[in-house]
Amino acid sequence: MEKFDKLSGIAAPMPLVNIDTDMIIPKQFLKTIKRSGLGVNLFDEMRYDDNGDEIADFVLNKPAYRDAQILVAGDNFGCGSSREHAPWALLDFGIRCVISTSFADIFYNNCFKNGILPIVLPQEAVDVLMKDAEKGANARIEVDLENQSVTSSDGEVFNFEIDSFKKHCLLNGLDDIGLTMKKAASIDAFEAKAQAERPWA
Amino acid sequence: MSPKTLYDKIWDAHVAHEDADGTCLLYIDRHLVHEVTSPQAFEGLRMAGRQVRAPEKTIAVPDHNVPTTIGRENPDQMPEDSRIQVAALDKNAKDFGIHYYPVSDVRQGIVHIVGPEQGWTLPGMTVVCGDSHTATHGAFGSLAHGIGTSEVEHVLATQTLIQKKSKNMKVEITGKLRPGVTAKDITLSVIGKTGTAGGTGYVIEYCGEAIRDLSMEGRMTVCNMAIEGGARAGLIAPDEKTFEYVKGRPHAPKGAAWEAALTYWKTLFSDDDAHWDKVITIKGEDIAPVVTWGTSPEDVLPITDVVPAPESFSGGKVGAAQRALEYMGLTAGQRLQDIEIDTVFIGSCTNGRIEDLRAAADVVKGKKVKDGLRAMVVPGSGLVRAQAEEEGLADIFKEAGFEWRMAGCSMCLAMNPDQLAPGERCAATSNRNFEGRQGRGGRTHLMSPAMAAAAALTGKLTDVRELM
Ligand code: SF4
Repeated sequence: MEKFDKLSGIAAPMPLVNIDTDMIIPKQFLKTIKRSGLGVNLFDEMRYDDNGDEIADFVLNKPAYRDAQILVAGDNFGCGSSREHAPWALLDFGIRCVISTSFADIFYNNCFKNGILPIVLPQEAVDVLMKDAEKGANARIEVDLENQSVTSSDGEVFNFEIDSFKKHCLLNGLDDIGLTMKKAASIDAFEAKAQAERPWA
Repeated sequence: MSPKTLYDKIWDAHVAHEDADGTCLLYIDRHLVHEVTSPQAFEGLRMAGRQVRAPEKTIAVPDHNVPTTIGRENPDQMPEDSRIQVAALDKNAKDFGIHYYPVSDVRQGIVHIVGPEQGWTLPGMTVVCGDSHTATHGAFGSLAHGIGTSEVEHVLATQTLIQKKSKNMKVEITGKLRPGVTAKDITLSVIGKTGTAGGTGYVIEYCGEAIRDLSMEGRMTVCNMAIEGGARAGLIAPDEKTFEYVKGRPHAPKGAAWEAALTYWKTLFSDDDAHWDKVITIKGEDIAPVVTWGTSPEDVLPITDVVPAPESFSGGKVGAAQRALEYMGLTAGQRLQDIEIDTVFIGSCTNGRIEDLRAAADVVKGKKVKDGLRAMVVPGSGLVRAQAEEEGLADIFKEAGFEWRMAGCSMCLAMNPDQLAPGERCAATSNRNFEGRQGRGGRTHLMSPAMAAAAALTGKLTDVRELM
């Protein structure tokens, strides 16, 4: 997994609430057995018309946002299905950070497994950053994971909370499975105990 | 000992390791796997030279992508990419030695229906699956939730998940339900009240007389949609009904093991003075048969109501409601009962069990599907299908003009050819009415099986109580 420490990039504004994973990557693209290549289908049904042509109005189709690395979105981003294809598609497009007032649980977790930083900020802060994002390439937003801060193009700084373990893994690009395997002795011991207490499980 | 909730008890019994910051390794008793969210996880194992740690606790079944038409075992019936995914699961199950129910097996079906049916899901367990509706299994008093593909790989390799504990939320449904009101109406009404993010950060325990009165099937319907309310999981304390349902299932404990299990299972309830971080109470008699009008499961109203005006909401929801009405082709003030539909879908892990089919068959018995309407019943598993045939339900559906399909997810997410055309409107018993969920441009109204059956007869969203 790629490390995440600092990012300075263009943010795309998506002021919609409840952006679900079906919108992020519709199911017809879940038939792949690979993780890569989903970026072209990110937000597919909002991004392309029935003939497969780009819808000019859609934010990521606008010249200013084609290289966006950050999304600023409304409440409850990533709700719905558990598909990890959603963060895979975001990542493949080039998005490394999503900012919202709240995220759905599974999506939030999935982001961290893929080097994407989901940032929760209060409504007022998201409003400021949304305005910033609307300026397109004229405004870069800066994200600093180590210091847990987001800086608007005007230099306004917002601090965010993040779980210390998740932060550590993301900063160092650590693989969860490798970390857990170092604790194999605990798992073995637990398994033996559980087997004795609840043999039917 | 300090008083605990049911969630606290199951959690405490499964912590294999705890770090100073509260990050835990939660031991997983059952891991369910399907073809869509697992290929990349198995690929990851292979690339790292890792094994499945506990293949005997891992169960795989293809469901999301499989055709539901007769004769589907023939690979020619599957589109190329679906065939590749199903073949990958076949191979992965074989290579890693995990329990497997292939498409040709009568026990094949939607993973959340197969697990309980085969007795894999038991009270007090931790159950995960790369699918958000894993919450279904919480009906047995197990801690069950959806995970992403990286976590699927993590569980395959280590039989644990890295987790932090959620908060406790109690949803109590008091008293009795009125006639025509079902488990689906309960669960939709709860989401209507809390919103789709109302449960974020919580595990919900459903309790109260109306929940106790539900069958196991109904309880699964309620827990299934906990995720639609944003919760990590939903669960219901096990009782005699639970034990009765589990007893004798192929993978349920037998003999002395059964007795020992039962003794343990009877300790699985929330203590009287346990702490709740959030409590919601709804009177059973206040719940009406409901339908959704928008593109989020929280957009729910009694069938007797009218389409709401976007201005009646606040904040970001105003825009979302505007967009939803446009997408759904509805106008504020329109009576829900005047909305005409083109398609009826009865099935899914929410409502694809035998009791759901009985409820729908009850409504359509001796009647005909409205002319020109497409109506289909997709049983949740091959065994549900077989039982429905034995009970004569299949004949009732077929005579009424329903298509009688093979088991799978089908039009719940429309990955297989069962899809809505743009603008087509569907009365569905599934769990998501998102834009494009049942096909690009398709419009979905969620409701109970009885309500969907009623809609099939009249061609409009219909108050089932008028047909009773
Ligand atoms: S029936 Fe629908 S919700 Fe249930 S597992 Fe299948 S796709 Fe998911």
